[in-house]
Amino acid sequence: MAHIEVHTRTQAEYEYARKKRASEMRMQLTSFAIMIFLTLISFTAVMADFSPHVVAPAILILAAVQVALQFYQFMHMKEKGHGVVQFFLYAGILIAFITILTFVTIVWW
Amino acid sequence: MSSYAQKKGFGATIWDYMTTVDHKKIAILYLISGGIFFLIGGVEALLIRIQLATAGSDFLSAGTYNEVLTMHGTTMIFLAAMPILLAFMNAIMPLQIGARDVAFPFLNSLGFWLFSFGGLFLNLSWFMGGAPDAGWTNYASLALASETHGIDFYSLGLTISGFGTLISGINFLVTIINMRAPGMTYMRMPLFTWTTFVASALILLAFPPLTVGVFFMVFDRMFGANFFEVTMGGNTIIWEHLFWIFGHPEVYILILPAFGIFSEIFSIFSRKRLFGYSALVFATILIGFLGFMVWAHHMFTVGLGPTANAIFALATMAIAVPTGVKIFNWLLTIWGGSISFTTPMMYAVGFIPSFVAGGVTGIMQAIAPLDYQLHDSYFIVAHFHYVIVGGVVLGILAATHLYWPKMFGTMLSEKLGKWTFWTFFIGFHLTFFIQHFLGLLGMPRRVYTFVGGQGWDLFNLISSIGAAFMAIGVIILLVNVVLTTIKNERVGNDPWGDGRTLEWSIPSPPPFYNFAQTPLVRGLDTYWIEKMEGNKEGMTYSEPIGDIHMPNGSIIPFFISFFMFVAAFGALYFPDGKPWALPVLIIGLALMFGCMVIRSLKDDHGFYVKKEDILKDLEGGKTDGRK
Repeated sequence: MAHIEVHTRTQAEYEYARKKRASEMRMQLTSFAIMIFLTLISFTAVMADFSPHVVAPAILILAAVQVALQFYQFMHMKEKGHGVVQFFLYAGILIAFITILTFVTIVWW
Repeated sequence: MSSYAQKKGFGATIWDYMTTVDHKKIAILYLISGGIFFLIGGVEALLIRIQLATAGSDFLSAGTYNEVLTMHGTTMIFLAAMPILLAFMNAIMPLQIGARDVAFPFLNSLGFWLFSFGGLFLNLSWFMGGAPDAGWTNYASLALASETHGIDFYSLGLTISGFGTLISGINFLVTIINMRAPGMTYMRMPLFTWTTFVASALILLAFPPLTVGVFFMVFDRMFGANFFEVTMGGNTIIWEHLFWIFGHPEVYILILPAFGIFSEIFSIFSRKRLFGYSALVFATILIGFLGFMVWAHHMFTVGLGPTANAIFALATMAIAVPTGVKIFNWLLTIWGGSISFTTPMMYAVGFIPSFVAGGVTGIMQAIAPLDYQLHDSYFIVAHFHYVIVGGVVLGILAATHLYWPKMFGTMLSEKLGKWTFWTFFIGFHLTFFIQHFLGLLGMPRRVYTFVGGQGWDLFNLISSIGAAFMAIGVIILLVNVVLTTIKNERVGNDPWGDGRTLEWSIPSPPPFYNFAQTPLVRGLDTYWIEKMEGNKEGMTYSEPIGDIHMPNGSIIPFFISFFMFVAAFGALYFPDGKPWALPVLIIGLALMFGCMVIRSLKDDHGFYVKKEDILKDLEGGKTDGRK
């Protein structure tokens, strides 16, 4: 409460922010379209009755791409100042991966 | 809110602590309840050693021994060591980074109450039909066969207190990431803050597997599921994996904060900057990572196969490298320093050989073929007590002496402190050193008695005498606490005279808003830099004096935890077919969620400490340096 400063934006700042928002929106829509497209591919692959040996890995790979898009585009991980978040996310993924790998290799099979 | 300084009655003080969201008061709550559980766990240890002092003793029956053994391990790890460390993290870490409180004060209080009700629930098992008796690891086949409600108390109690710990861990992470004072970059954080950070990250990643495992156990025992029941297609080994995926990082959750405490002590009492600060930081992070890749070394004899054993053996040995880096850095910090052997420093110096001994036997067990010989013998018992007592408990005792003035404003007696150190330290080595040889002579662990004449009698007796020494050490510490509190000689900001980090630049105990003005951090060992430059105020400020925004207290965390505790009784007695069990479970959970709804819907914007009140405090000499 003690030190609230009111900052009025200059015309140049305003223009810049506007341009940035527009390109941001374009990116969001593009990645949204890509994600719909990827989903369509997965569904088509299943509907077309390809061998499960092809379909299963293909869907998993597409899923991984979608997760990455989700994180980086929609959850703003691509922006600056998210280093700590990324570090924890990748640490978590690594640890989960090792755990699952162990279970798959020495517990279940 | 200017009346906070008035003297309060007893009831008002209790109410104050029940509703508090102040990290320093929550720290005191953690210290008291963790301390009580430490004493309970200690009494259980004494019972174990009395039973094993002589061959063929019938002091405890076999069944009771199993209960005492299980509760000793469970209490010491979950309800004593971890909460006491959380107490120091709570008390000191926000001060070290120049924050006025943790990021989520409400959650901090919730974490404490969940932990304490979980611990209470677990210990009520003694009076309600039998304590858990399957060891602190609670291996599934044994646990599922246990006939009393003990294991149910274990699973539900740990679920509740596990939520509390997880909440605290997340809270500390957010605090350290978001609430550092201006200029406090990551590489300027004191090492205790760093180890708190890494330990909290480990809590975040390690507790979910335990929660999953314990949840499966609850469903297997109470609601007819078969996750671990081999005859029904389950897999009993999965419990072991889930438990140790949690359990190994848990060991580092305990030891890393102790490392942090010792790092502070070495640097303060050698009057030197930490040698190899950045190496220490990276070693801490590396230990955190490797901690997740080694859990199967607890399971070498399960039959995972030579490949898996070799991989986990190698990963385990790799941990010795960052740990060794730390040990050498500490030694080089002391080297050439102007050393003063205060009580904390004695613990720190005693810690190095003790912990190295425990580490070396750890590397021995990492050799899978040798582990087949050592497994389930007293050698293992000796090893993990060397790392836990020689590392964590010595760390806790050192921190108790080091931070007592900061938490309570009085100095524990150095003379009694040294008595505690010597009796405890000698007792510890007397108890556990000889257990290595008991193990090598073939004495299995977890046995309630043994047959005489196998060469174990004298060693067991010596071990029990050592335990008595440790008990005397703890009693002297309690006497010390009582005497110090009665004498009540107040101390200044920097009672050790050589404080280096921000917590020593403010009064002991600090005012509830910690810093009248947020400090500007100009380097590692902030306070030391200011002192060396002759700054009488001990701090460079980053803001003018102004109103301070603080959170309001709340009783809701207490009730959320209490209703969860009530619901747990419903779940516990549900399989017995008690008619009241299901209603208690449902109503308990409903009230718990009701409290959460109240919390979510009620707007609470906290309050402001007025500038005039802060100035008044400053005149009274209550805060830093303006006397």
